[in-house]
Amino acid sequence: MATAAERGGRGVTALLVGPAATFFLLLLVLPLAVVVLYSFGERAPAGGYAPAFTFDNYLNLASRGQAFLNTLMMAPVGTILCAAVAYPMAYYLAVKASPRWRTLLLVLIIVPFWTSQLLRIYAWLLILGSKGVPAYLEIIGIEGVRLVNTRFAVLVGMVYGYLPLMIFPIYVSLERLDKRLLEASADLGASPVRTFLQVTLPVSLPGVATGSLLVFILLMGEFIIPALLGGGKVFFIGNALVDLFLQSRNWPFGAAVAVSMVLVMLASIVAYMRFVLGRGDMRQEPLV
Amino acid sequence: MASSATPGSGEDRRGIEAGAPIPTVAFRDVTKRFGEVVAANGLALEVRSGEFLSFLGPSGCGKTTALRMIAGFEQPTEGEVLIDGVRVNELPAYRRPVNMVFQSYALFPHLNVARNVAYGLLQRSPRPARAEIERRVAAMLDLVQLRGFEGRRIWEMSGGQQQRVALARALINEPKVLLLDEPLAALDRKLRRDMQIELQNLQRRVGITFILVTHDQEEALSMSDRVCIMRDGRIVQQGTPSDLYDRPVNRYVADFVGKSNFFAGTVRSVAAGAVRVDLDGGAITAARTGEGLALLPGDAVAVAVRPEQIVLARREEALPEASAARIAARVQNRIFLGEHIEYLLRSETLGEFLTLAPRRSELTERPFEAGEAVFAAFSPEAALVLGSE
Repeated sequence: MATAAERGGRGVTALLVGPAATFFLLLLVLPLAVVVLYSFGERAPAGGYAPAFTFDNYLNLASRGQAFLNTLMMAPVGTILCAAVAYPMAYYLAVKASPRWRTLLLVLIIVPFWTSQLLRIYAWLLILGSKGVPAYLEIIGIEGVRLVNTRFAVLVGMVYGYLPLMIFPIYVSLERLDKRLLEASADLGASPVRTFLQVTLPVSLPGVATGSLLVFILLMGEFIIPALLGGGKVFFIGNALVDLFLQSRNWPFGAAVAVSMVLVMLASIVAYMRFVLGRGDMRQEPLV
Repeated sequence: MASSATPGSGEDRRGIEAGAPIPTVAFRDVTKRFGEVVAANGLALEVRSGEFLSFLGPSGCGKTTALRMIAGFEQPTEGEVLIDGVRVNELPAYRRPVNMVFQSYALFPHLNVARNVAYGLLQRSPRPARAEIERRVAAMLDLVQLRGFEGRRIWEMSGGQQQRVALARALINEPKVLLLDEPLAALDRKLRRDMQIELQNLQRRVGITFILVTHDQEEALSMSDRVCIMRDGRIVQQGTPSDLYDRPVNRYVADFVGKSNFFAGTVRSVAAGAVRVDLDGGAITAARTGEGLALLPGDAVAVAVRPEQIVLARREEALPEASAARIAARVQNRIFLGEHIEYLLRSETLGEFLTLAPRRSELTERPFEAGEAVFAAFSPEAALVLGSE
C-alpha cells in the first residue's frame, strides 16, 4: 500500500514529467503517427492525402533512389570530413592553446552561428561562385574551374555548416583527457606520435563518435545546403521531401520517404550506441 | 623506457673517477626554476645501483620536481642530471631507461590489465615476439600477484590492485631506475602498511634502483636505504634512516623525522663531548652537537631530546644517577598507543614536552595519571645541541 509520502512523491513526479510528456506526445509522437498513417494512403486528386491502405508508396521508393543514394553517400562523407577538420582544431584548443587564447578561439567558433544558416550558405555561394575562387584561379592561369552546383560545393557547405557541432564534443573529450596518461605513455617509451595514436586518439574516440552522430543526423535531414550549393543537381532526401510535400503535393509518398529516412537514422543511432557502449566488449581481442 | 636507448655505452662519461662505481643517478648542482619560483636549488646527489632512496619533505619542497627531472618530464634550468654517468638533460622522457609509478597510477583506461602491462614492451623497436610479450606479462602479473586479471578493465580494479598494475607496467621494462611518486598516498592505512613491505621485498628481489617521493616520514624511514630530507628546493640532509633520526643536522630534520622535544637555551662553555647549556630551569651538559655546528659561548641553541630518551619517576631519587637534567613536571595528558604510552608533561621552567614509555612497566608499576607530579630525566648522550632556528 502506498504511503502518503509515496503518493505525494508520485504527484510531484507527474507534475515534473507532465509538461515534457505532453509536449512530446502532441508535437512528436502524434505527428509521427500521422506521417506513418499517411504513408499508407493515396494522393488525393487535387493533391494531399486520401485515406487508403496500400504499400505502393513504399514500393515506389526506388523512383527517389537517387536522393537516398546521394544522402547516404554524402552524409557519411561529410561527417568524416567534418571530423577530420574538427579534430586538429579541437586538439589545438584543448591541448596546445593557452587558457586565454582558448576562450577567445572558442568564442570565435561560435560567433558565426549567431547569424542565420541561410546567410552563411549564401556567403559560400559568393565565395565559390564565378566571381569568387574561380576568378582568382583564372588570374594564376587555371581556367574553367566550376565549383558551385557540384558535390564538392555541397561538401564544403556541409563541413562548414556543422563544424562546431563536431569540434565541441571532441574538445570536451580531449580537455578531460588526463595529461598524466600522456606522460605515462612517454615514460614507457612511446614517441609523441605513438602516444597520440595509442592514447590520445582512442581515449577521445567517444567524443568523435558523439560529434559524428550529431552531425550525421543533421546532414541526413539537410536540404538548404544541397539546394543552394548543389543548385538542384545534388539532391538529398530533404530536397525530395520539400518537393513531394510542397511542389507535387504527393503527401503519402512524401510520408513514406520520411518514414524511411527515420528508420535509416534509427539504425545509425543503434550502431553508434553499440560502438560507444560496447567498447568494453569489443576489446576482448587477444593481447597483441 | 625501452632499453634500446641505454645511455652509458658512449664515451661521454665525464667526471667519473677511474675505479669508482658509477652512480646510477646523479644530480650535479641541479637547479630548476619555474618563472620566479625556484623549485629545486643546487641539488647534489648520487644514487647507487640497487639502492632504495627516498625524497622526503612537505608539499612544495621540490621532491616531485627532482623526480620529474630524472624521468625527463622537466629539464633542469642549471646543472646536470646523469644516468649511469651520462648527461641526460637533453634526452626526452621516452628515451630514458627509467620508469615511473605515478601518484594516481595514470593507467590507460581504454586498455585492459594485460595491455597496460605490455605497453612498454610494445613500444620497443623491434617489437618483441608475441610469445615473449605474453610470457613476460604473465611473469610480471605473477610478481605482483595479479594472475588471472589479464582481461580486466582498469575501473574494475580496486586501488591496491591498480597500484600493482602500475608497478608491473613499469617493472616489465626492466628500468635502471624505478621512480615512485607518492605511490601509496591513495591507499588506506592498512593497505599502505602492506604495500610498504611488499614494495621493499619487491625491490630486494628485482634489484632495481628505487627512488621514492613521499611526504610520509614513516613510509620513507621504513622502506629506504637512504633518505634525502628536502625543504624549499634544497636537500637539507641525506643519510640512512637511523642517521637522520639519531644525528639530525638541524631542528627541521629533528622535527620532521620522528618526534622531538626542543629546549631553548644559551651555550655557557664548549668542551670535547660536553657542551654546557643554560636552560631556563638551570644548566645541563649535552654530549652531542649537530654535525658541522660550530658553537661559541653565548650562542642561542635548541637542545633536542627524543621522547623515548626521557625517563619518568614518582620520586627524584628513583631517577638514574648520571642524568643531564632532572625536571620537576606535572602530567598534562596520557595517550595510549598500544605498546607505548605517550605523556605530555609540563614543567614550570621548560614548558611542555613529550615522553614515551614502554607499557610493560605497567605490569609492575601503575601508569602516571593526568595531574600527577613526576620527575623527568635524560642522559647527556640523549641531549643533542642544534642551532636555534
